[in-house]
Amino acid sequence: MRRIISLLMENESGALSRVSGLFSARGYNIESLTVAPTEDPSLSRMTIVTYGSDEVIEQIIKQLNKLIDVVKVLDLNGGKHIERELMLVKVKASHQYREEMKRISDIFRGRIIDVSDNTFTVEITGSSTKLDAYIESLDKSAIVETVRTGSSGIGRGDRILKI
Amino acid sequence: MSTSKLTGAEIVIHSLHKENTEFVFGYPGGAVLNIYDAIFRLKKFKHVLVRHEQAAVHAADGYSRSTGKVGVALVTSGPGATNAVTGIATAHMDSIPMVIISGQVPTHAIGQDAFQECDTVGITRPCVKHNFLIKKIEDIAPTIKKAFHIARTGRPGPVVVDIPKDITAEEAEFIYPENIELRSYNPVEKGHQGQITKALELLIHAKRPMVYTGGGVVLGDASESLKKLMKKLEFPVTSTLMGLGGFPASEKQFLGMLGMHGTYEANMAMQECDVLIAVGSRFDDRVIGNPDHFLSKPRKIIHIDIDPASISKRVKIDVPIVGSVKSVLEDMLIIYESLKTTHDKNNQKEWIIQIDSWREKKSLDFQNSKEVIKPQYVVQELYKVTNGDAFVTSDVGQHQMWAAQYYPFDKPRRWLNSGGLGTMGVGLPYAMGAQLAHPEAQVACVTGEASIQMCIQELSTCKQFHLPIKIVNLNNRYMGMVRQWQEFFYGNRYAESYMDALPDFVKLAESYGHIGMQIENPSDVTSALQEAFSKKNKERLVFLDFLTDQTENVYPMIPNGKGLSQMILAEDL
Repeated sequence: MRRIISLLMENESGALSRVSGLFSARGYNIESLTVAPTEDPSLSRMTIVTYGSDEVIEQIIKQLNKLIDVVKVLDLNGGKHIERELMLVKVKASHQYREEMKRISDIFRGRIIDVSDNTFTVEITGSSTKLDAYIESLDKSAIVETVRTGSSGIGRGDRILKI
Repeated sequence: MSTSKLTGAEIVIHSLHKENTEFVFGYPGGAVLNIYDAIFRLKKFKHVLVRHEQAAVHAADGYSRSTGKVGVALVTSGPGATNAVTGIATAHMDSIPMVIISGQVPTHAIGQDAFQECDTVGITRPCVKHNFLIKKIEDIAPTIKKAFHIARTGRPGPVVVDIPKDITAEEAEFIYPENIELRSYNPVEKGHQGQITKALELLIHAKRPMVYTGGGVVLGDASESLKKLMKKLEFPVTSTLMGLGGFPASEKQFLGMLGMHGTYEANMAMQECDVLIAVGSRFDDRVIGNPDHFLSKPRKIIHIDIDPASISKRVKIDVPIVGSVKSVLEDMLIIYESLKTTHDKNNQKEWIIQIDSWREKKSLDFQNSKEVIKPQYVVQELYKVTNGDAFVTSDVGQHQMWAAQYYPFDKPRRWLNSGGLGTMGVGLPYAMGAQLAHPEAQVACVTGEASIQMCIQELSTCKQFHLPIKIVNLNNRYMGMVRQWQEFFYGNRYAESYMDALPDFVKLAESYGHIGMQIENPSDVTSALQEAFSKKNKERLVFLDFLTDQTENVYPMIPNGKGLSQMILAEDL
């Protein structure tokens, strides 16, 4: 099952490799991993999307907690949460395709942030499945380049991850 | 008050001194020369010069296993650090508290592929509890404080502190913090009272209770608490390889070691019990065999462990109790006394009868011989000659299992071996650490002709530091355990398991300035051991080379992938 795990860790060099090393050493899957400092510069926030049985996810969370640099771990699937991913897509937009590309990007609430004679660059945010759907809706040959950030997640309402 | 500044190297020495370091096991090199100079000048502890960095870490590990204190090793950058890795991984697998200081190339040279540079923090990351690269001189003292704190608390483990050479030459004021707070690290010591009560309820109503103890009992200094609780409950007890000595082997309740080479009664009771309490143990593959087979029998399982990640890792647990084994067992005793219903020992009558019938199998019996020395016999005689009170270290293989099976330990921290990683070569350095910590004690290293050669150079260290270790070499001219598996599972094809061109161990020992003895005849075993441990040789290392039966196997044995009740016994063959 797909799971999204959020964690706070000391913003120290090597902290990221402790997490990624744990996943590879123990054979856990990583679908995506994003990390950046928080408003408190001594802390980094990481979102990991992984998949596995309940037992495996329980082990992943325990093993993450065991890392000395990890301050707090939250399984976002344990309650209501929101997740978003940002994608930049460069698509072919030569004369006859320009209108259609604009229309599809509007349907997905994408924004065209760069225009050249032959291409559009579309910025699109949403759940990972929405981004997948956008890609699906395009003719494969029209895609020049894609960049995805991986999912970031946050609990709804009073569900917070803070120290 | 003096505000005179110290060099980084001096700060390292003073910090180690603040942590009551008695011994540092190490080997000098370019990146740690400042530190060695400070050791020479300050004389705050004894430095033990080994002959290979791997042995430095093993010896510090052996010191820790035999005392419970944090072991300290010091190595240089590059090859010094990579040589130390086997020792670090060994300590990590067995949760041994250690601090390893490694030199690093100067800060400005890091990443330049400098001479003797390696990414020590990167290389050791998967096999340490935590590691640090020091970036500025002000960090040395607090980092060493943190390193000791992390190493010895919670589930213990090795911590590496990597220090660039330039920082050891800089100067700063020395302030050693009294306390250290780590917001991200707060191990739970005290168990949940509700869970403990729940566990006791299960235990007192059990018909077929079983206690399975592990290394956590020894590491957590919980032996006395375990004994007290077991005196009340009178349940049968088994122990893993790592837990031996945590519960006295001479107690009638004790069923011997369990697992791949455990006794028939211990493995059968483990499989057939209805309530199992695991104490500081982790259901590893060498202990329960095939987990599916283990789970095919329904039973309730209680698990006490300081590491939450050890709980429900391989086997689903019904009553998990996170906390230090000692604290939880003490609470259990208190709550047990306050329970309204105590347990009725009659409930377990049939269970005890059943266990006694399993004992009748006498699964550790072996056919002694007048012609050829049986390795089991040597260990039995070692037990007698040392009155069962020696520190016994072993390497890895058949001799390790025979030492575990035929030298019953009554005290914790007497049995030192590499259980998790299974590192050949630890025996002699472990004995060095134990002997230095206990200069008056009898220390025996039970080894084999293959294992001993993996750290043989340490005979030189033993000479320099006058360590009167007795090496009991069970020399069967084979890598015995490899040969046993090849006999059982590879159609007697002994691929590369024959140790050809062995040295003359007697001459070898003598060339290092020790006493060497070769024993071929079973009738000479006892007298040779007596001579080695005699007053006359109290100050001397004696290398006893016993030429043993080449074809002897370790029984019982659970073949790989099989379950606890699927043992091969000696009598089956």
